[in-house]
Parts: sequence; structure tokens; C-alpha cells
Amino acid sequence: MYGKGLRTLSAATCLALGAAFALVFFYAPLDADQGFIQKIFYVHVPMAIVALLGFVAGAVMAIGHLRTGDRRWDLRSYVAIHLSLILGVGVLITGAIWAKASWGHWWVWDEPTLVSFLIVFLLYATYQPLRFSIEDPERQARYASVFAITAGAFVPLNFLAVRLAESLTHPRVLSTTGGALPGSMRLTFLVALAGMGLLFVTLWKYEMASKHATAQLRSLRRKLGGEEIASPGRSAAPRTAAPAHPGA
Amino acid sequence: MSTVGALLRKELRMELRTRESVPAMALFAVTTFVVFHFGLDRDRLEGELASGVLWVTLLFAAMLGVNRLFVAEREQGGFDGFLLAPVDRSALLLAKALALFAFLVAVELVAVPAFAVLLLGPGIGPALPELLGILLLADVGLAVVGTLASALAIQTAARDLIAPLVALPLLIPVVIAATRATAPLLLETGAENVPLRWLGTLGLYDMVFALLAYAVFDFLLED
Amino acid sequence: MGEDTPSAVELQGLRRDRGERTVLQDVSLRLEEGRTLVVFGPNGAGKTTLLRVLATLLRPHAGTVRVLGRELPGEGWAVRGRIGFLGHEPLLYRDLSGRENLRYHARLHGVGRERVEELLDRVQMVARADDPVRTLSRGMVQRLAVCRAVLHKPELLLLDEPFSNLDPAAARLVEPLVGRAAPATRVVTSHDPAGGLEQADEALGLRAGAVQLQGDASRIDAAEVGALYA
Repeated sequence: MYGKGLRTLSAATCLALGAAFALVFFYAPLDADQGFIQKIFYVHVPMAIVALLGFVAGAVMAIGHLRTGDRRWDLRSYVAIHLSLILGVGVLITGAIWAKASWGHWWVWDEPTLVSFLIVFLLYATYQPLRFSIEDPERQARYASVFAITAGAFVPLNFLAVRLAESLTHPRVLSTTGGALPGSMRLTFLVALAGMGLLFVTLWKYEMASKHATAQLRSLRRKLGGEEIASPGRSAAPRTAAPAHPGA
Repeated sequence: MSTVGALLRKELRMELRTRESVPAMALFAVTTFVVFHFGLDRDRLEGELASGVLWVTLLFAAMLGVNRLFVAEREQGGFDGFLLAPVDRSALLLAKALALFAFLVAVELVAVPAFAVLLLGPGIGPALPELLGILLLADVGLAVVGTLASALAIQTAARDLIAPLVALPLLIPVVIAATRATAPLLLETGAENVPLRWLGTLGLYDMVFALLAYAVFDFLLED
Repeated sequence: MGEDTPSAVELQGLRRDRGERTVLQDVSLRLEEGRTLVVFGPNGAGKTTLLRVLATLLRPHAGTVRVLGRELPGEGWAVRGRIGFLGHEPLLYRDLSGRENLRYHARLHGVGRERVEELLDRVQMVARADDPVRTLSRGMVQRLAVCRAVLHKPELLLLDEPFSNLDPAAARLVEPLVGRAAPATRVVTSHDPAGGLEQADEALGLRAGAVQLQGDASRIDAAEVGALYA
């Protein structure tokens, strides 16, 4: 069910990422002040945007889960959030590298977007421990969905608040982000963004397909082997069985 | 509404009987002020620093209350008892949030004077009316998010850890707005006006989270 | 037993899971108003789960559940006030007194204070009504729990071993409220084959979530029930 189109997607992702790579190295201009390291911007910002969209998508899928009661929405939400979290680590690391190169510190409080991102990351880092500590799978899924929706609503509020806070004491230092990108940079940025987005979707599909297959396998084993199959231990990941009704 | 009343009476009665939350929260706040004195090695604080110390302390004291909020329900069948009744389930959210709000106000009645005495440089008199307003606005946010985080955590195995870990990031906008709003009130040179944008932020935050909590809370009660 | 007599409980193919395990499997039954159904089965058979589903505390994962003419879970709100549930937990706050607990539940159910006093008197708990529940013996707590369950004069009683922890004297006090003489349809769990069958109109035997025996209590003998526990 999730395997369809995976090959095309993977190819498209490789293509986009390859193009982005090429553009970053050969096409995008070299920044006068920051030098080569500025090019990390093409990884850092698209990653951040995709991660945030991933969190919001996770929230929307969680709404789907609560409204329909279909546990597959919870699985989709879980995978989206979990991938965004991994990307989030990347954002913080690339952000730190960039900060070190630009201002000599591994972390700066001046950049509100980065700070907001840290807060969001800290919040979502509790998602898996929360899931893991609830044993009943149905309750785990429901509580995780409530969390995902709350955290998703929090993301814009948080960015607003931090921006309000920092903009008064520290003027925006980075002028490369935002709308005023020169043509060559904009093209590279957009391709990088597209590549990152495709990467996310492809990885999401891969993980969904893998989890789905495992769940179906276990469900089949259960049908064949009956109660003797040992129950899987506690897990933070949802373990939905295949849909009960054919064609659902 | 009478349901909320019944629930709230029970909450307050339980707290008065067991005295589990408020005294501990108040004591924690005062002790923390003393710790800050030594940690910062300062006798008198003013402005932004004073504001920050006050709010961080109140925030962590609130976390103590958050941890205990649903414990009786969980351990003594309070959820079942409530779920069996023919009442609107969001009443529990409202009652618990009001109770937590009441506890916070009670703690602040002790903590703010203690702060004024122990650490605050300028007198607190002129700042009081506006400070009260900020406290109340922020308390609403703390109460709503605290109740939600507490309800999320109550069914988990590590509930004392999960509730603060979830609540603290969510409450950062409250910390930002409350500290920025309070700082001008605590200046050595005399209290200045509170920038309205922070009150607006607090109000917006309270509204968004109140609506959100109302929308999702029922799902936490089902089995 | 015609179809015209109104049913208090109607189940068709009820299924309830817990994670990947099925705790109740394909349970179907029809219980008429005023009759008593006794549910037997070893621990873990699903008796408590069945009761909780009927109490609207758990939602069915498959099948249909109709209680007092309303379908669950959608119409649960309509019947909650007409069901009395007595589970393993007394559902009383240990730091509040019996009277405070009952008044609290009375308010939630829209019942007046006089009813609380009436019940306290019926179970002879007036003397200790103002002591915190944690200072009371198990038997006393059980008596209070019974009061809590019948506070709102429910039409359907769901009782999980209601007479546990009660000495004969206390059991006699509680009998008119939740026993055979109570003016309600009852679903009761029991571990006592002979005694249980005696007070039953219908019987249901569960084992590992599946129905093993079912039907009119007069046609089932204690040995069959005993076999459930083998």
C-alpha cells in the first residue's frame, strides 16, 4: 500500500538532491563575509523548514486519528514527527556550525528562528518518552495524538513570541534569510528546499511501508500461530495491524 | 456549571484537608529565592534580573503543583467516578484548571511578598496593581497548560518527569511575556509602564491554549 | 421470553481488545428488564471488562451494545445517569469522609442530600460518616461504595463481586440495595458457582474472553460453572 511510487520518488529525490548539491558548489555565489561556510545555509534552512512542516503535518494527521479513530493516522503522525525530530538534530548541528563560523560561538541567542527551533525541538523530544511510558497501545496512540496537536499549535505561537522577544534587544543579524535573496541564491535555495522536501516524503513512505509490512507479518503470524506468539514488548512506536475490512 | 462547582469544591476541600500542594509550592518558592541569593551572590535585584528570578521561581513552583494535580484521580478511582456521572466531561478540565489557578494565586500571596522582602531592591508598592494583572494573566496560561500536561502525564509510568518536560517548553512564551512585562515595574529608578504587547501576547496565548485544551481534553479521558 | 419485553441489555458480537490481545470475543446476550445475569469465569476471563463496557467506561471495538435502549458508545451520555456501577475500587477519595464523598457524587448525579443521609442510615454508617475513608475497615468502605453505586436509583446495576469484604450482617444491610430484591436489572460477577446460580435468572460463563456457557440459570448446573475454572 505504501510501496507504490517509491521507486519514482527515490529517483526524484536523488535527482533533486544531486542538482542542489551541484548548484551549491558550482553555481551559488560565495559570500563575501562568511566565505564558503555560508553555503551550509542551503542545508540548514531547508532542513528547518521541512522539519517544521513535518511537525505541523504530524499534528494534522493526529487530528485525523482522533476524529476517525483509525490507528493508521497515528502511525503516519508518528513517522512524520519522528523524522522531523531527526531533521531537527541536523538543524541544530548545522546551525551551530554556521554560528561558530560566522560569529565565533557555537550558539547564539540572536537568531530568533534558531532559538524558537530549539524550544520546539525540546518539546518534541518528549514525544517518544511519552509514548514509551504508556503501555496500552490504544491509549498511547490517543495521548500521542493529543500531544502532537498541542505541540503543532504551539509551533507558530512560539515563533511569534520569541521573535517579539529577541527583535527588541537583538536586531536581526542574518539578512540572507527572508525574501531578499539574489537570483542565483534563490534558485539554489529553492532546489535545495525541494530536495529536502522530497527526501522527507520519500523517507516517510519508506518507513510507513516498512512498519506496515512488519505489522501485517505479525498479524498473519498471529492468525496462523494463535496465542502462542509472544506479545511484543513495550514500544514507543505504534503497532497497528492491517485494516480489518478488505479494501479499507 | 454546577458540575464545575461540585468538582471545584471537592478539589479545594481535598487540598485543605491534605495540604499536599500549596504549602510545598510556597515553601519551594521561598527556598528558591534564598538559593538564588547565593547562586547569584546578590543582595538586591532589580529590573530584568529581578523579573527573571521571580518568574522562573514561580514557574518551577507551578511544576510541583502540576505533578500532583491528577494523582488522587488516578490512584483513588476519581476518573471512573467522574466518567460514570451524567455530566459534561470538559467540566473536569475547567475545574482542575481553576483549582490549579487558585493554588497558584495562593502561592503568589506568599511568594511575592517573600520576594519583595528577600531580594527586591526597589519597593514593590508602586508596581503592585500592574503586577497583579500580569500575575493573573500569566496564571491562566500556567493553569491551562499545566492541567493539560498533567493530564497527559498522569497515565504514564514516569509521570513526575514527563509533566514538567512537556509543560516547560510550552510555557516559554509565558515566561517571555511575563518577564518582559514585569521588568519595567521593578526598576530602581521607579516603575515604568508595562509595554502592552506583552499583555497582548499573554492574552493571546491564554485564549489559544484554553481553546486547544478544551478541544482535546475529552480524548484523554476515554479508555 | 418474547421479544416484546423490553431489554435492559442487548449485546451482539461484542469484541474488545487490549493492544493485540482480544479480551472479549463475540459476546452476545439479551437481558430483560428486572432480571439478574450472573457472570462467571476465572480471573482474566473478561468479566470486569464486560462490566466496564456496559458501564460506558470502555467502548466496544466491534459488535453492537445497547443498554437501556440506547446504543453505545454514541448514546452513552443518555444512560450514564441510569446505571449504577460497583467495581473493585470503591471510587471514594480516601482523605474525604464517607459523607463528603457521597455528597460529591450526589452533586454529580443531581441527587439531593437527603438521599445521602437515607443511604448512610440504611447501611448503618451514620456514626462513622464523618471519618476519612482511609480510617475505615474494608467492610465499611464496601458499604459506602454500595451507597455510591445506588445513590441515583439506577435502573441497571453492574456489580463486580458486590458482597466481597462484607460480613453476613453487612451483607444483609446491603442486600435490599443491590441484591435480588433491588428494583433494578442486575449484571453481577461471581466466583461462587452454587450461590451465584441461585440468585441468577440467567448465567454467562467466560473463559479467556470467549463465551463458554450461556442461558437460563435454572438449566445450568454448578458443575458446568466449576469447569470454567479447571
